[in-house]
Amino acid sequence: MSRHQAVRNLDYEAELEDEYGYSDEEEELSPEDQVRMTEGTAQVLEALGVEAPKVTKAQIEESLYYYFFDVDKTIAYLISKYIDPPKKPAKAAPPKAAPKHDVATAGKKSANVQSNKKGPSSADGVTNQVGQLKIDDTPLPKSRNLNVLSEFEKTKGKKTASFVVVGHVDAGKSTMMGRLLLDLNVVDQRTVDKLRKEAEKIGKTSFALAWVLDQRHEERSRGVTIDIATNRFETDTTSFTILDAPGHRDFIPNMIAGASQADFAILVIDASTGAFESGLKGQTREHSLLIRSMGVSRIIVAVNKLDTVNWSQERFDEIRHQVAGFLTGTGFQPKNIAFVPVSGLHGDNLVRKTTDPAASWYTGNTLVEELEASEPSARALTKPLRMTISEVMRTPQSPISITGRIDAGSLQMGDALLVQPSGEKAYVKSLQVDDGEPADWAVAGQNVILHLSNIDAIHVRVGDIVCDPAKPIQCVDTFTLKALAFDILMPMQVDVHRGRLHAAGKIEAIDAILDKVTGKVIKKKPMIVKPGTVSRVRVTLHTKVPLEAGQRVVLRSGGQTVAAGLLE
Amino acid sequence: MRFTNPKHSLSTVDPSGETSVSLLPTTPEDMWHAHNLIAESDLLRAHAIRKVVTTTSTGSTTSERVHTDLTIRVQSVFFDPAASSLHVSGTVCQENPHVSLGQHHTLDLELNRPFQLWKRSGWDSVALKMLEEAVAEDTGEATCAVVMQEGLANICLITDFQTVIKQRVESNIPKKRAGGSASQGGMTSFYEKTLATLLRTIDFTKPRPLLLCSPGFVAQDFRGYMQSEGQKRTDKKLQRIAKDAVVVHSSTGYVHSLNEVLKSPEVQATMRDKRFTGETSLMDQLYERLRKDDGRAWYGAKPVERAVKEGAVGRGGGVLLINNKFFRSLDIKTRKRFVALVDKVKEDGGEARVLSSDHESGQRLDALGGIAAILTYPIFDLDEDEVEEGGNGEEGEPVEEGAMII
Ligand SMILES: Nc1nc2c(ncn2[C@@H]2O[C@H](COP(=O)(O)OP(=O)(O)OP(=O)(O)O)[C@@H](O)[C@H]2O)c(=O)[nH]1
Ligand SMILES: [Mg+2]
Repeated sequence: MSRHQAVRNLDYEAELEDEYGYSDEEEELSPEDQVRMTEGTAQVLEALGVEAPKVTKAQIEESLYYYFFDVDKTIAYLISKYIDPPKKPAKAAPPKAAPKHDVATAGKKSANVQSNKKGPSSADGVTNQVGQLKIDDTPLPKSRNLNVLSEFEKTKGKKTASFVVVGHVDAGKSTMMGRLLLDLNVVDQRTVDKLRKEAEKIGKTSFALAWVLDQRHEERSRGVTIDIATNRFETDTTSFTILDAPGHRDFIPNMIAGASQADFAILVIDASTGAFESGLKGQTREHSLLIRSMGVSRIIVAVNKLDTVNWSQERFDEIRHQVAGFLTGTGFQPKNIAFVPVSGLHGDNLVRKTTDPAASWYTGNTLVEELEASEPSARALTKPLRMTISEVMRTPQSPISITGRIDAGSLQMGDALLVQPSGEKAYVKSLQVDDGEPADWAVAGQNVILHLSNIDAIHVRVGDIVCDPAKPIQCVDTFTLKALAFDILMPMQVDVHRGRLHAAGKIEAIDAILDKVTGKVIKKKPMIVKPGTVSRVRVTLHTKVPLEAGQRVVLRSGGQTVAAGLLE
Repeated sequence: MRFTNPKHSLSTVDPSGETSVSLLPTTPEDMWHAHNLIAESDLLRAHAIRKVVTTTSTGSTTSERVHTDLTIRVQSVFFDPAASSLHVSGTVCQENPHVSLGQHHTLDLELNRPFQLWKRSGWDSVALKMLEEAVAEDTGEATCAVVMQEGLANICLITDFQTVIKQRVESNIPKKRAGGSASQGGMTSFYEKTLATLLRTIDFTKPRPLLLCSPGFVAQDFRGYMQSEGQKRTDKKLQRIAKDAVVVHSSTGYVHSLNEVLKSPEVQATMRDKRFTGETSLMDQLYERLRKDDGRAWYGAKPVERAVKEGAVGRGGGVLLINNKFFRSLDIKTRKRFVALVDKVKEDGGEARVLSSDHESGQRLDALGGIAAILTYPIFDLDEDEVEEGGNGEEGEPVEEGAMII
């Protein structure tokens, strides 16, 4: 059926107008659209159930057409229009009218329709009701239509915070977190004993505590963390999420993913002879630069393995001195840096103060006390929803469940989400927050599991972003970046990292070198950019990925971090 | 590729391009060479099939496919690396019983069918060098590289002139979570998929080098998987492939990590004679010099041209690097300019190398604008007139005292 016919059925006047203005453009629906129309009509009829007789087929088709086959919107519109009209007689929204269009999906036809100028003046009124109306009679997940932010205000209980544990390979990060969980009774002694037996079998006894976090076969057999491990624990004041990062340079992409979800960081340093020095040249340095440039401003330095140097205060002071200098040079403010001498393996100064007489010189805070003294970064609660997918999995609740930390905004059960770059819509069937508690809503800063419906698995991948369909993040394959160089930059191939998302591309051009403090252009089109300099670079990617202004990204090349910066 | 007439050789080629050169492509890679030899406005004669419609005296029409040779003036060249096929479009420029002059036609060059080429701009030194490479003996089996990371594998063939991505394997590896061995199963099925794709897409009947590259342990574990599969299936061939495979570190599973792979000691040791390893080390030299920022390395057409004209790219370490893609897309006048550049460097005793932009090193050069040079002595400000110094262009954003803008 033609577009005109649909109009004709509804409005005679429009037909005349239409005939006049549109005679050339008269066209049959394309075969695909015909299929969509048939399928859409069937879906609408099914969704309307007993209410179906209240609308005509023509009305359904008309609405489907104007909503570009968006079944949900059509249903909402039909309900609001014919089945359950709002009590206050809405003056406008005459049936002849095209309701408001979804600009994102509207193609050429939308232009036609809009130039038709028959859109109702109260189109907004209609769309506003969509959210409430889709609840009643549709098979979509039920929403309780909460005002999430005021709910969140009401429940202000324990504060929540996430921290990433970083540092050079073998500094003792996983062991320290294993010990922390044991001493806080999150993990019981029996479990650790069992792990120790298993570790003994393959000659890796010293890794027993690390195995609490290193659960993958490859991690255990090699004694190296490969991917982020997430764990939780609570203190009297705060509910913490641990993100235990790998230290090996090959797994820095995973470390970046972890750091992107953190409010603050623990930097673990191996104080044993020689190890501190080689770490400083290695990932101690790279990790510090990375977390700083990703926006983490609070850092707790755990000077570890002090048991191996008999708790030498001299060694601690030496390390403290050098690391403090380096960190402030990197841009950390001294008031945001804390140092704690610890032994992760034995648990000194983690949860309990050390009793080793050799360590009696230290009277400061334990690691946990320092953690509690750390303020989580401000949550972007009122911004449009953004969440990077950390993991896609199958759960009893849904064949497609995703996990991640909400970067900005809020969401609730029943919400429609847009997955980018696929551009596909999904619904939140149900959700769990933090420790797996079922919940009705969640806000920025929380780690969530979302159980999705109405979407196919091929459209949902790790690193994708879910966002508010009304204020979606755009997908781009080129952007400019205000970048701080860690190494020499020139037009070259780079990998772009943002959280779990990473993509191959290149620095297309270097537009200018900027003054570090004022941002003024110092030199245009330089041949190369020296380390430590800020410049504006243009980056192109092989594929389109969701990125937007204000985000922080990391550029890597040949296995090294070469720059980090802010998208313009 | 070889000359159709065995009596012909490089020395019989008429430099003016007025007499044609007749060539016979025999391997898929020859299509790549032909792609570099055939330029816009050259004349090309090759086999063609035309549909000819004839009207009989009774008025009925019959159509038949006729085989004929057509000569066209080249307008555009399209090369499909994955299929190794070359399509050359242009207008017919020689009388033919089936086609009228000026008609548009696309010639699809075929293996083992000769083509004739008249070069409009003549056989200049760059074109001759390309021809020399085209007719040179094939240096053996292409190297296969599997560049991988967790859940991603790029299966590539590296020939002397191109890196062709044959297949890309992607799997979703479940992340670790409490008590789960899910990720291990995920890795195994990823290896399974990769191995099946590898054996399907790459021909291993004749032994060819196989590089397995990854960060971490992925490549190593994949080799282990190949070995155990070979034993399980009692597959001698697979066992041999696994045994000969070389595991090399790369920082990612993206194809451009091949740069690191090709300069690794493992690869340099076994493939020193391969052309691409030489190109890789030249590019590394260039990067080293650029990093020093000592005025002895430049990239981009303008500064390089200036440096060459000053004679700074000559005897004693001068190197000019240009991508062949650069010559492919240039108009005749500009081409002459750059050929002159190549000739000048050779005259001055420097090294001029035309890199293949279809290789990883060429891709790196591509990022630098496709042309770069290492100078024998430092020159500064070669890019001078392109740069306007100025601190006025930008409105400084208000920032916290002492803080950086990012
Ligand atoms: N003596 C001593 N050894 C320690 C201490 N902490 C960790 N270790 C040892 O250091 C080794 C490495 O520990 P891990 O916890 O795996 O180190 P990691 O930093 O998590 O390593 P990656 O995650 O692979 O970067 C193990 O053998 C531990 O037993 C400590 O406080 N004292
Ligand atoms: Mg670890």
